[in-house]
Amino acid sequence: MSVFVPSSDLIRAAVLVLFGAGAAWAEAPVPGDPAQDAAPSRVVSINLCTDQLAMLLAAPGQLISVSHLALDPLSSSMVEQAAGYVQNRGGAEQVYLMHPDLVLAGTYTATATVELLTGLGVKVVQVPPADTLAQVVDQMRVVGAALGRHAEAEAMVTRFQSDLAALAVPGDKAPAAMYYPNGYTAGAGTLSDEILTLTGFHNVAGEAGLTGGGILPLERLVMAAPKMIVTSTPYPGQSRSEEILTHPALRAVRDKAARARMSDADWVCGTPYLLNAVRGMAEARRALESTQ
Amino acid sequence: MKLLSLNALTVRRGECPVVDGVTLSVGPGECVGLIGPNGAGKTSLLRGALGLLPHEGTSNLSRMAPAARALQAAFLPQGHDIAWPVSVEVLVSLGRGPHLRNDKTDAAAVTRALARMGLESYRHRTATQLSGGEQARVLIARCLAQDTPLLLADEPVAGLDPEAQIKTMQVFEGLAREGRTVVASIHDLGLAARHCTRLVMLQQGRLVADGAPREVLTDENLAKVFGVRGYHAETEDGPVFLPMGVVR
Amino acid sequence: MTRALFPLMAALVGLLFFASLLVGPAALGLGESLSALFRGEGGPVVLVMQEIRLPRAVLGLLVGAALGLSGAAMQGFLRNPLAEPGLVGVSSTAALGAVLALQSGVAAAFALALPLAALAGAGVSVLLILLLAGPRGGALSLILAGIAISALAGALTSLVLNLSPNPFAAMEIVYWMMGSLADRSMEHVWLAAPFMALGMAVLLATARNLDALTLGEDAAQSLGVDLNRLRLMVVLGTAAAVGASVAVAGAVGFVGLVIPHLLRPLVGGRPSLLLPASALGGAAMLLAADIAVRVIAPDQDLKLGVLTALVGAPFFLHLIWRLRGVEA
Repeated sequence: MSVFVPSSDLIRAAVLVLFGAGAAWAEAPVPGDPAQDAAPSRVVSINLCTDQLAMLLAAPGQLISVSHLALDPLSSSMVEQAAGYVQNRGGAEQVYLMHPDLVLAGTYTATATVELLTGLGVKVVQVPPADTLAQVVDQMRVVGAALGRHAEAEAMVTRFQSDLAALAVPGDKAPAAMYYPNGYTAGAGTLSDEILTLTGFHNVAGEAGLTGGGILPLERLVMAAPKMIVTSTPYPGQSRSEEILTHPALRAVRDKAARARMSDADWVCGTPYLLNAVRGMAEARRALESTQ
Repeated sequence: MKLLSLNALTVRRGECPVVDGVTLSVGPGECVGLIGPNGAGKTSLLRGALGLLPHEGTSNLSRMAPAARALQAAFLPQGHDIAWPVSVEVLVSLGRGPHLRNDKTDAAAVTRALARMGLESYRHRTATQLSGGEQARVLIARCLAQDTPLLLADEPVAGLDPEAQIKTMQVFEGLAREGRTVVASIHDLGLAARHCTRLVMLQQGRLVADGAPREVLTDENLAKVFGVRGYHAETEDGPVFLPMGVVR
Repeated sequence: MTRALFPLMAALVGLLFFASLLVGPAALGLGESLSALFRGEGGPVVLVMQEIRLPRAVLGLLVGAALGLSGAAMQGFLRNPLAEPGLVGVSSTAALGAVLALQSGVAAAFALALPLAALAGAGVSVLLILLLAGPRGGALSLILAGIAISALAGALTSLVLNLSPNPFAAMEIVYWMMGSLADRSMEHVWLAAPFMALGMAVLLATARNLDALTLGEDAAQSLGVDLNRLRLMVVLGTAAAVGASVAVAGAVGFVGLVIPHLLRPLVGGRPSLLLPASALGGAAMLLAADIAVRVIAPDQDLKLGVLTALVGAPFFLHLIWRLRGVEA
């Protein structure tokens, strides 16, 4: 089956989640207190990131459906696993007819859908996107608690934290930048920014005064002459937004930079797969060291 | 040598012929008035002759290449169609378009045309801001600047004041005396009778009479074609004709 | 007045071209940036000047000239001051052609497919407009045909972009409708410039015939104008110039309306003089608009068409107001 991705969902999933959107959203309260309820038995996830955490944490048979984005190899790290679940497109009607006793959603999921489901008596847990590595851990715990899988969540957290600590690259920071279609980049206060810092880079977009996601004009990127540029894998079908990634000026900067990497599905969500992204950057940083 | 030579020219609108087998030839030095009631096919005859309408039969003009035809015949269409606010001088100089560009002869031809139509003082006025009659004279001047042996004019004197009407007809007479030829459709039978050397009368697309004004404007033709009776007189200023009343 | 007009406008275009090279988010010194234009080695400043700002300025110049000239030529042929590639749907159909070429993957297979598809799109709509409205100068059929063609082309463009597997494509509907010169490269210049140059050369060659058309179809034909050939030249010239422009810069509206309208009195109303004047004027307007979008919102890709529409739409209403009296 070919994966057809409507823009609204994907932008929510791939762009906003990836770049985070500021503290106000991150600190939004999580409705419901799952600790007091019995563990749900029919869970439907309608958000790419909760899809993956739920697949990792849920008891067999507990999770019945994940969003169609979980099947998109450019956004999801768990395409194979997701194929074993019913797909949903996040519409209230479709979700309700699955008779869930818990719906996992992002805080960016269409509010109308969430309100409608809540009004119909379905319990909805909204998980805020992770803008920091600390929030990744929070996310794991929130989803674990919602599923009644506290022990599994704590094990995941412990392993994540120790792996993360082992991947840190100390020493001098090399200039680096994330660069996406339309000149979009991740500034200070984003998960990407924190990964760059952890793995021995400093983010030129953050230094240019950008906080959160935003546009870094190509001119400024060229002038900053970063040693490492992380760009995204192009989607099928052409778009003018992605043309900037093949602009001759960017090509020239990349040719001069020691390394250029592609970000992929592992960067999108705060799951243990994030460690793959961190590991890749750490290796690239060490390789950069050895070429100098 | 014939400047205009039509053989069984037929122009159809749909199935219906609006010009029906007209055979006509006009030589140099003639001032031909094309007369006929509304819908007789005067405009279609002129346009068909120039090849601006598809037609059957032959016309010496429509057989020519457009560029060659433009040096042979100038055409003044009905109505005062001026799209842009250009100056009178520029508008008249458009008549020089078909000629090889030569600033000196072009300027001389424009000046001559303006003088002939009494428009020297209008040279720098904006054509679209002139009155209808003034525009009509400017557009005739444009045709004069084209400097062709033959001028086809569709109702050149419609909407002109009496002075301008007479002057324009005198210009046409002058052209004929120079050996050029004018074929003009005219509704005013009096003007046609006084100034034309020859009249061609059309009725429902057919040529019904062709000859000197006195031979064409007979009581019989007038009654048959126009449904009017007329008054004729010969004065020392030339022939006078006036439609007097309707007969049907 | 007319004699001084062309040198003055050429100077203005030159000035705006240099200003366009000097404006950008990266703060560069005047001498430093200008010398970087001609230096061979590739430091960051050289890269910014040669690969980012130069193509943008060159495209601004060419696209503006193409739009201004096409507007003047269409107005001359249709004998109607409301004709404009953007308003009558020529730009929209060019955008549709470009979008189809991009989304079907043909443009990736061979580069010329993009301008050629845009050219074909533009050609179809110019031909339609010319056949529907014709050189009789009627405003009503022109505007109605324009509305229908624009709406259809816009809807189809949106449809294609919405159906694209690429999530960014749907976000680009605005770009194709409003136009932008942000982050264009020399590759775009080489792709589009030959078509624009060819189209503009063809349009400039119509000058004398458009003059004759001032007197109406019949008079023009009697002056030796071959109307079918002239129509073909206007169609091909406009399609090539507008199609190539839209393929690399999106559909920027109103340049072809405002510029001929402003310049017509300055060239004494002559279509033949209005053509080159509108090319210069269009270039100046687009360069100025592109400088303005960078000054107003340096870090955002404010669309060019936003500015040109803000200036152009009131002009359009004003023109309709004036024509209303004539036709009623």
